Amino acid sequence: MSVVTVQLGQCGNQVGHELFDVVCADAQDGQRKAYSTASCERFFHQTTHGDLVARAVLVDMEPKVINQSISRAAKSGRWRYGETSHFSQKQGSGNNWANGYCVHGPRHRDMVEELVRREVERCDRLAGLMAMMSVAGGTGSGVGTYVTQCLRDIYPSTFILNHLTWPYGTGEVIVQNYNSVLTLAHLYKLSDAIMVHENDTVHRICSQLLNIKHISFGDVNRVIAHQLGSVLQPALTADSHGVYSRNPLGELVSSLACHPEYKLLSVSTIPQMPSASIAYSTFSWPGLLKHLRQMLISNTKMEEGIDWQVRPTAGSERTSSLTAPSFNTSLANLLILRGKDVYSAETGAFEDPALYTSWLSSQEAFNLWKSPVPFNKYEKSATVVSNSQALLRPLDNIVGKAWNMFASRAYIHQYVKFGISEEDFLDSFTSLEQVISSYSQLC
Amino acid sequence: MTQSVVVQVGQCGNQVGCRFWDLALREHAHVNKKGLYDEALSSFFRNVDTRKSDSRACGVGGRIQHLKARAVLVDMEEGVVNEILQGPLREVFDSTQLLTDVSGSGNNWAVGHMTYGSAYREQIVDKLRKAAEHCDCLQCFFLIHSMGGGTGSGLGTRVLSLLEEEFPEVCRIVTSIYPSAEDDVITSPYNSVLAMRELTEHADCVLPVENQSLVDIVNKIKQMSHSGKPGSVIKRDSAIISGRGGLSGPEKPFDAMNNIVANLLLNITSSARFEGSLNMDLNEIAMNLVPFPRLHYLVPSLTPLYTLADVSVPTRRLDQMFSDAFSKDHQLIRADPKHSLYLACALMVRGNVQVSDLRRNIERLKPSLPFVSWNQEGWKTGLCSVPPVGHSHSLLALANNTCVKPTFMELKERFTKLYRKKAHLHHYLHVEGMEQSFFSEAVDSLSSLIEEYNHLDATKRRLMPDAPRLPIAR
Repeated sequence: MSVVTVQLGQCGNQVGHELFDVVCADAQDGQRKAYSTASCERFFHQTTHGDLVARAVLVDMEPKVINQSISRAAKSGRWRYGETSHFSQKQGSGNNWANGYCVHGPRHRDMVEELVRREVERCDRLAGLMAMMSVAGGTGSGVGTYVTQCLRDIYPSTFILNHLTWPYGTGEVIVQNYNSVLTLAHLYKLSDAIMVHENDTVHRICSQLLNIKHISFGDVNRVIAHQLGSVLQPALTADSHGVYSRNPLGELVSSLACHPEYKLLSVSTIPQMPSASIAYSTFSWPGLLKHLRQMLISNTKMEEGIDWQVRPTAGSERTSSLTAPSFNTSLANLLILRGKDVYSAETGAFEDPALYTSWLSSQEAFNLWKSPVPFNKYEKSATVVSNSQALLRPLDNIVGKAWNMFASRAYIHQYVKFGISEEDFLDSFTSLEQVISSYSQLC
Repeated sequence: MTQSVVVQVGQCGNQVGCRFWDLALREHAHVNKKGLYDEALSSFFRNVDTRKSDSRACGVGGRIQHLKARAVLVDMEEGVVNEILQGPLREVFDSTQLLTDVSGSGNNWAVGHMTYGSAYREQIVDKLRKAAEHCDCLQCFFLIHSMGGGTGSGLGTRVLSLLEEEFPEVCRIVTSIYPSAEDDVITSPYNSVLAMRELTEHADCVLPVENQSLVDIVNKIKQMSHSGKPGSVIKRDSAIISGRGGLSGPEKPFDAMNNIVANLLLNITSSARFEGSLNMDLNEIAMNLVPFPRLHYLVPSLTPLYTLADVSVPTRRLDQMFSDAFSKDHQLIRADPKHSLYLACALMVRGNVQVSDLRRNIERLKPSLPFVSWNQEGWKTGLCSVPPVGHSHSLLALANNTCVKPTFMELKERFTKLYRKKAHLHHYLHVEGMEQSFFSEAVDSLSSLIEEYNHLDATKRRLMPDAPRLPIAR
């Protein structure tokens, strides 16, 4: 029923804060009692005074961001973080994965485990754990990986979802590719599913769909929170027998991440528009679903500029190519519909076997959740969480750039200083090349 | 929140340091309206209640009682330090933070490094340790000194190696003032090259600054304000050379130049002290900008140099600020980074600037800036929401760029000119502990550093192929 979120590093804490804001506002929008109750139960616990306290643990190696998140949440008046649910140190991880993973992680393991344990014990029933972090820095990536490892040890049968934010391609941090490679390689063995948002993509959504002129990280984070919220808010699933599903993470993982080589999930949502325009727009399910399907197969995350030329080809003709813009083959998809007339929506087009890899039947590969409650002010909205080749090219770019840098051994001394060897780097590269190869061959 | 300790050595180091403390107080007074001793203040100052008999430091959150700088002041002659102690900043330092002698180092690196280095070793370590103990979490030592003299150069580098020995985990960021070609100290090439070796081996990052560049910047600003053109009036307090609003009275001759270096230090630490949407801590600077341990010379450039008083000038200023950061007029050494090879670059932005402005400008400027093949997107960015005094936004760029090579080559040439003739060598060799091998080793270290930069430069024009990827069995 309840999801405990662990927010790690600056990004994890900033995005996590926006997520709780979105789900709280959506739940309290006062439409259906069952939905509100389910949503609040999932993300918050209620104190005796009726306050909503987020089921979250905030972790960072320096205090500024956590302090900011906690005070902003308290100011909102609608919800807050627990007073003792956070852990910070004085000095950050210096953008160094090795510093996070080898030094800070182990040093503070007991404290963090204790905080998570407390949150878990407050849940009547635990649906799973979600760790939110970025891969570019030192704390989110390094400490985040270590914490995921610890949680996996302590809760071996709990579902663990990692939400990752991938940085802008053009440098936020120079060693971001090293940090990304090390994180992804390790998480692949630990996590049940890895859901990814890329800053570049979300930035484009902000500028072209939402028409924001001066895009700030707050704007980017709010879009990510909206998309995540549309996935995690209560929904009726095939297995939930007419009530809101009590096992959202479990059902997500079992629908999508059915093979250990394939764990990368991407998210597309429609519609996305400036909030001022929502009231003046009307949507139809056929229109929304047609666009969303094409967004999926042409691998665009926006409903503008969709390439309608991309068409599914017969299985035997498909080539796997990293360079040519080609059809995005899916392993599995989860379609989530929220809003008015949701029962009348026709989703047959998503079950087309041509969308999927040949070794899974489209009945098993396609999953559908519905909720009659409109989400976040949109009268009708649809989200697809996809285990597909969508992240293949970005992943390949990251690994390619990291490999080039590794070839010249630049910055390696900074990692070796804290306990990571060149062997560890090579192992991580090998794991990720394997993942890239598996996804390339999906047809 | 972390703390930093400033160690100022020699006449130049102390004069620059003095300007730094003045401007730091001005900046915090500007931002901290409630008079509370907050985390930002504690990064450079202790709060001491002098009424209590043991003058113990007060923790964060209380009212400001008495601010003491986290600093150690070292000079082998008393003039400069005495002036500081008689000036308006005297309350900021207490006697336990000072180390002085009477006779000076005679512009002799060996006297500073060997003679005074050994004589005062215990005392120096003691004072450093005291300063470190006052810190909750010490992150960084800032060493300020000049390279051309005797104390700053010799004793300063001795202090640097002591810092490495006693506090190996604390980052060492060194601001070194390099002598210009027309320097009036004849032996400055010797002193500089001997000090360079120490910097290459013991510092985490070095921010080289050349006097001549500072002079050029000062002249540029003076020219602007005296040109009398309409719309060219500079807003008060906003010029990077201005010390107005600080404690000190009328400006002394080198103040303008020293203010620039003081501003450099303020801006580097701004993201660690104040909040922002993309924080950049001091340990992140070394991590991202130093790809190979010895190549840690980061060329600083500061913009804007001043803000015009005319408010009707549109926001084209923001993009102009980014362009200026890469022009050779704004660099603090005589170098042209645009025409050399970038290994890495950090942009630390302060004020009301969003990530989209940052990205737009990086995209715009990237094509004209040559980056090394394995670091094509070698940008490290930081956004701090608090602007500096007098400006609405500012940018500090730190470039790890092969444009330092000409500076080092020139230095080596000047050294060789003297060394060939063995001019003035006896002054050094007379000092106990000093041998000729120091000279040859120092110049060798410099040569190999230049060679490393050469090696990277050679890759500049060539299109380097991508490294072949690991093959995976299908």
